[in-house]
Amino acid sequence: MNQTGIVIAPEFANKMMENTDLTKPPRGDEQALAKVRMEYGKEADPVGTLPDPQLTGVKAVLMDKLGERLAFERTGTRLYDALIAPVQAAKSDIPAKDLQHIRDEEHVHFALVGAAIQSLGGDPTAQTPAADVTGVEGMGLMQVLTDPSTTVAQALHAILVAELADNEAWEELIELTEQAGNEDLVARFEKARDEEMEHLEKVRAWYKEATLKGKEATLNG
Amino acid sequence: MKASLFQTRGTPLDRQKFTWRDLVQKPISKLDDDAYTRVRIILMNGIEAEAVGFQHACARMNAALQRPLADIRRVEHHQATLINWLIGPDHSPLETTIAYEQVAIDVTAAVAMREPDEYLAQVYRFGLLEDFDHLYRYSALLDRLEGKDANNILQSYTDILPGRPTAEEHRAPMDDLRKPYDKMSAEPITKLHALTIMAAEQQTRNFYMNIGPMYADPVARQLYAEIASIEEQHVTQYESIIDPNETWMEKWLMHEAAEVYNYYGCVEQEENPRIRAIWERFLDYELGHLQMVMELFKKHEKRDPMELLPEELPDPIPFDSQREFVRETLANEVDLRADGTEIVPKGKEGKVSREYREAINADGSPSETVSAGYKWSPGTELKRKAA
Repeated sequence: MNQTGIVIAPEFANKMMENTDLTKPPRGDEQALAKVRMEYGKEADPVGTLPDPQLTGVKAVLMDKLGERLAFERTGTRLYDALIAPVQAAKSDIPAKDLQHIRDEEHVHFALVGAAIQSLGGDPTAQTPAADVTGVEGMGLMQVLTDPSTTVAQALHAILVAELADNEAWEELIELTEQAGNEDLVARFEKARDEEMEHLEKVRAWYKEATLKGKEATLNG
Repeated sequence: MKASLFQTRGTPLDRQKFTWRDLVQKPISKLDDDAYTRVRIILMNGIEAEAVGFQHACARMNAALQRPLADIRRVEHHQATLINWLIGPDHSPLETTIAYEQVAIDVTAAVAMREPDEYLAQVYRFGLLEDFDHLYRYSALLDRLEGKDANNILQSYTDILPGRPTAEEHRAPMDDLRKPYDKMSAEPITKLHALTIMAAEQQTRNFYMNIGPMYADPVARQLYAEIASIEEQHVTQYESIIDPNETWMEKWLMHEAAEVYNYYGCVEQEENPRIRAIWERFLDYELGHLQMVMELFKKHEKRDPMELLPEELPDPIPFDSQREFVRETLANEVDLRADGTEIVPKGKEGKVSREYREAINADGSPSETVSAGYKWSPGTELKRKAA
């Protein structure tokens, strides 16, 4: 039984509200938090610097974002790894070969970005600042996808969040690559973007179907 | 400065002040700071956590010491806070775990190399090879769960290879106990080493117990449960090498000396000027604590505390890559096991430990599962597989 709300415990909730009503809160509001955050913000440094080679302008932004894509596609591969076995265990209608295909394409995209970084003189084993931050963003998705209590629909929502961000990011990467004058990479990135669009469409459809079913068991059945 | 450090007055306790703003400073950069800056932060957090833990235990057994313990302990607690909060929030718990194992490997190796007591050096080498294996298992988990390369944290200072297999490290409690040094004959550096490594292992055990359940992945939860159990064994091992006949005052004095010694090592080796200023400030705080405890020692033990302290502060524990020493130890000693307090060849391990291990591994081994077929590659195994 879900015990989180107040309706399930009306007597306790009433007492709680009575006591709260008798108490005068301290002065101020949530602006107090904003003030502290602003103070720390003024002093904070970025999470780190770009690894060598030292670039400037759009080339630096591109290298940072290539690092981000590299990290995201690699973690994305692991997110699909985490999704495949439990989805199969839950006897979902999602074809295993489709999931495996998407997983393998994420892996190929990771390799593609790694090769691009290398072709621009960068080190694909280094973490760029944007790669670091995307790692933090991805932690919640990883937690959802590896939790045995997660339903197929919930897992697909997490993957949908990842694919939405990924689609946006590939568009941005292509734009930056064009601006930096790396035409040879653009065509390869466009192919990856098109594949990511297919991923998004598939995941969106699976997610809708799973959610509408609304009778999910946990991922591991 | 080194020779006279124990005579230095340091900062008086009533001038050891903090504000919340001061306690919560700008963290280090995961990407730009040297890995050994992070190693020092983790080690010193462990040293401070041990100070607080010891002082609580001492207060529970010594009414006369409760007030000075309470006064000093409040500062130790805040020192621990300031230091521990220097780890940036972009470290996932697992990335911080990788750094904890780097501490366990490179600091324990440095201690093992310099420890004058051959038996204790052997004990450190024994523990070292187990932590070395933990790094390999956690690196596999980081790669396969979060899709990240442990070497982004290790910065190529520390190898990622199997050591004594974690699955083989589970022993009966009786085989984790070791022989203590003799407080009368042991060299001061032996005592400082033992306290340092015990503190590091204790905080590692506590850290894994706190973050293990924060992971959703059942493999991660199992692996933390398994390795936390080994760290608990290591705490048993390292606390048992400390002479239990030391008085409470002797132990307190040596704790403060170990804090001074380790902050001194941090001051000497820190490259980040902002962090070095913290080490300098806390070295002065600890010298203040040491002076107070030396006075308490005179009062309660009616002895000169310098009987316990070295005339000259020993050379600091180096924070450096110990790759060659670890490789050599691995090649020569990976098959050693424990039998009671002795480190013995594999075949001589006792039946009780073998049975214990068989029982606890009966449903499978998390450390074997996570690293099945795993070989570290720059940029993760996905990079190698894509090549």
